[in-house]
Amino acid sequence: MNKWTRRAVIATGGLVGGGLALGVAGIAFAPNRLRVTPDNRDGMPQLTTWVKIAPDNTVSVVIPHCEMGTGVHTALAMMCAEELEADWNQVRIEEAPGVDDYANGYLVRVFVPAVVSVPKYMERGIDFWTFKLTEMMDLQVTGGSSAVRGTGHLGMRLAGAGAKAMLLDAAAAQWKVPVAECSAKLSKVTHSGSGRTLTYGELAPAAALLSPPVHPQLKSREDYTIVGKATPRIDIPSKVNGSATYGVDVTLPQMVYATIAASPVHGAKLVSVDTAPAEALPGVKKVVKLENAVAVVADGYWRALKGVRALAPKFEDTGKNDETSDTIYAAIGKALDGDQNDKVFSSGKGADALQGAAKVVEAEYRVPFLAHATMEPMNATARIADGRCEVWTGVQDPLAARAVAAKASGLKPEQVTIHNQQLGGGFGRRLPGVMDFVDQAVRIAKETAPAPVKLIWSREEDIQHDFYRPAVVGRYKAALADSGAPSAWVSKFNISDAAALLPYAIEHQDIRAYQSPTHVRIGAWRSVAHTQHGFFTESFVDELAHAAGKDPLQYRRDLLAHAPRHLAALDKAAEMAGWSTPAPTGRARGIAVVESFGSIVAEVAEVEIVDGRVKVHSVCAAVDCGDVINPDTATAQVEGGIVFGLSAAVFNEVTIAGGRVAQSNFHDLPMPKLADAPSIKVEFIRSGAALGGLGEPGVPPVAPAIANAVFALTGKRVRSLPVRV
Amino acid sequence: MQITLDVNGESRTAEVDEDTPLLWVLRETLGLTGTKFGCGIAACGACTVHINGAAMRSCSVPASSMQGQKITTIEGLAPKEQPHPLQAAWIAHQVPQCGYCQSGMIMAAAALLARNPQPSDAEISAEVTNICRCGTYERVRRAIHSVGQAPREGGAP
Repeated sequence: MNKWTRRAVIATGGLVGGGLALGVAGIAFAPNRLRVTPDNRDGMPQLTTWVKIAPDNTVSVVIPHCEMGTGVHTALAMMCAEELEADWNQVRIEEAPGVDDYANGYLVRVFVPAVVSVPKYMERGIDFWTFKLTEMMDLQVTGGSSAVRGTGHLGMRLAGAGAKAMLLDAAAAQWKVPVAECSAKLSKVTHSGSGRTLTYGELAPAAALLSPPVHPQLKSREDYTIVGKATPRIDIPSKVNGSATYGVDVTLPQMVYATIAASPVHGAKLVSVDTAPAEALPGVKKVVKLENAVAVVADGYWRALKGVRALAPKFEDTGKNDETSDTIYAAIGKALDGDQNDKVFSSGKGADALQGAAKVVEAEYRVPFLAHATMEPMNATARIADGRCEVWTGVQDPLAARAVAAKASGLKPEQVTIHNQQLGGGFGRRLPGVMDFVDQAVRIAKETAPAPVKLIWSREEDIQHDFYRPAVVGRYKAALADSGAPSAWVSKFNISDAAALLPYAIEHQDIRAYQSPTHVRIGAWRSVAHTQHGFFTESFVDELAHAAGKDPLQYRRDLLAHAPRHLAALDKAAEMAGWSTPAPTGRARGIAVVESFGSIVAEVAEVEIVDGRVKVHSVCAAVDCGDVINPDTATAQVEGGIVFGLSAAVFNEVTIAGGRVAQSNFHDLPMPKLADAPSIKVEFIRSGAALGGLGEPGVPPVAPAIANAVFALTGKRVRSLPVRV
Repeated sequence: MQITLDVNGESRTAEVDEDTPLLWVLRETLGLTGTKFGCGIAACGACTVHINGAAMRSCSVPASSMQGQKITTIEGLAPKEQPHPLQAAWIAHQVPQCGYCQSGMIMAAAALLARNPQPSDAEISAEVTNICRCGTYERVRRAIHSVGQAPREGGAP
């Protein structure tokens, strides 16, 4: 373990050329995270703090999150700069290196319910322990829609406020005046009596020697000048002229290229491969056999690809070669028929409440496997030389990538450096636990050492070796009272998740999860289990509304009297879409509301059937994520979430045939394009509730809103996705 | 085989296989990594460049067949100090999210505007068929319209 010492803290100040470096606020009875840096890095000092101020008055905010297009670099820098009273024009960002000190313990606090409502006096201790916990878990993750509400709200604001307090103290000391007579604004401190000013850059060396405040004063919301104003994203200019670099763009001296073919049936090991056909090709340098894959190394990607295509690797028969989507759904169905289950929730009389009910409604829904299909195919560049391993890649968690690379290389984590690049899409595909491309690149690099190797997956490899949104079947039963309101709700499905919990006031509930594992690799797909449960729950509630002969909006409202935020979101979305007026001829509307990642999103979709396909004309979204940091970026996240949800609702599915994924590229895994994109309206409800996430919550309501609209239009209930009419 | 290409107004030579796609010559031999690899089958448009001003998906055209043609990549679309109107519009409308598809999207839109300075919605939908997984489509449309409607100097780019 690293030691956290005062000596290291002081050294930190020197590392930024006389500047000030600050992390998150201190802990009285635990190591001080305002300025922590480990002092045993083999003479390789690592700056580990979150705010740096250079003599030229530029403020650099060190962001422990990757940028995958959600705008977190800008939003988090805004939150820090707001409290720091920094001049936004002089703020820069740096992405934190993948080292232990940037493990984001805040993620745990956002997700561990028992920890969310800790008493104020315990907060510091909790911060420390959650920090240690995630450090152990190798988390420096960007996922779970957590960056702004976790790192930003609980960390960046404090880092900025703490730095401002130290700068004020330094100015007061220099002028020998009470600190109360000093004020900070636009990266300068002013003394009210004399009008003297000093820039942050001038004050930083002295400020860096002061002790950081344990409880820095935070600004009131109404005093904000940066947060809440649409601020252009820092990462955008480089993305319009080709200069932004992603993992796949990394180029190193002496670099060679590789591509790979892993066992098409997941889980099967490589038995044998005749390497000669590839080795005979020009430019091919090596064929590398891995446990479950074969890779070809060449002097360019194209030649490596031709090499892989020349091979006919034999993989073991794991007994899964006859699996299909149908056999998988049948197995899930059998599991749901059985007794083995985990109770997710129950209340009242549970399932017994169905007995003797006057009216029972039943439905079974299903969703298929789905691929992430990030536009940048999986890739990683690795170099093993001089007892070290370096990896250039774009991942949602560089610390986890470091652990993967350490294991694959046989080196210690301290001997591994991850150079995290911008991500050409994440959506969950580049999270911890699914970084097989990093593992492969490092193992190939052992064979090419000391030359670095860039492993690029073909699109076919990407689509056939994803970690998919799981195929899920849900069975639903509800008893309706004479009023039409549901008195009982009984649901069962494979794969347990709290996303199945209901927002609705229903007295008797029984919600159970069953297990039906498959050999198909599964993972987190943007909004995770909320994608299926949003569809299931909001479709079934819609069915109940129609069974009761009620308007679907009003039916939901009647069950949400206890949930004002849900009501407000529903009402706003309905108003935006003109719910109370008829849809244009040939079209119909559907509504859905889903709470996920701390945000409540209601959406109304308006659809038409055109040439035998569902055309989604518009989606209106009302979003309550508490408050909004960067409004235009926030809007963009919801817009993007809606298109992502549309891809699952109407466009694509991954199916299994012969044990393997049947689709291989965008010709058979079609994605929505410009012509398919609905007109999207987004409005935010600033409820003042605790900050919710935004990267994902736009996704879950889309599919049920569309499906419910299709029912309203055709009278035919959509019970599986993608919608077929 | 050795080939000579006219890329962004410069004559560049490269050693390639006869079937090596232009994309990989641009990216790996010439270091022009702004043009992206997305699918390899001309289905997504991330690799879109201009050949004699027309949009073309460089992953599916052999570089050896492009000798004597005028090739323009995102890096050569406009001088850095004087961005193409679409690039300015892309920033004004905050179009990109992850940004990976945007080089191709901009190249497709630029080729469209060069032929059709004020495209209709239907024409944009028909001509710009690139895939964006982040879902930036509405902003793409808005940005194209904003350039299409702006008073133009000196005609098409």
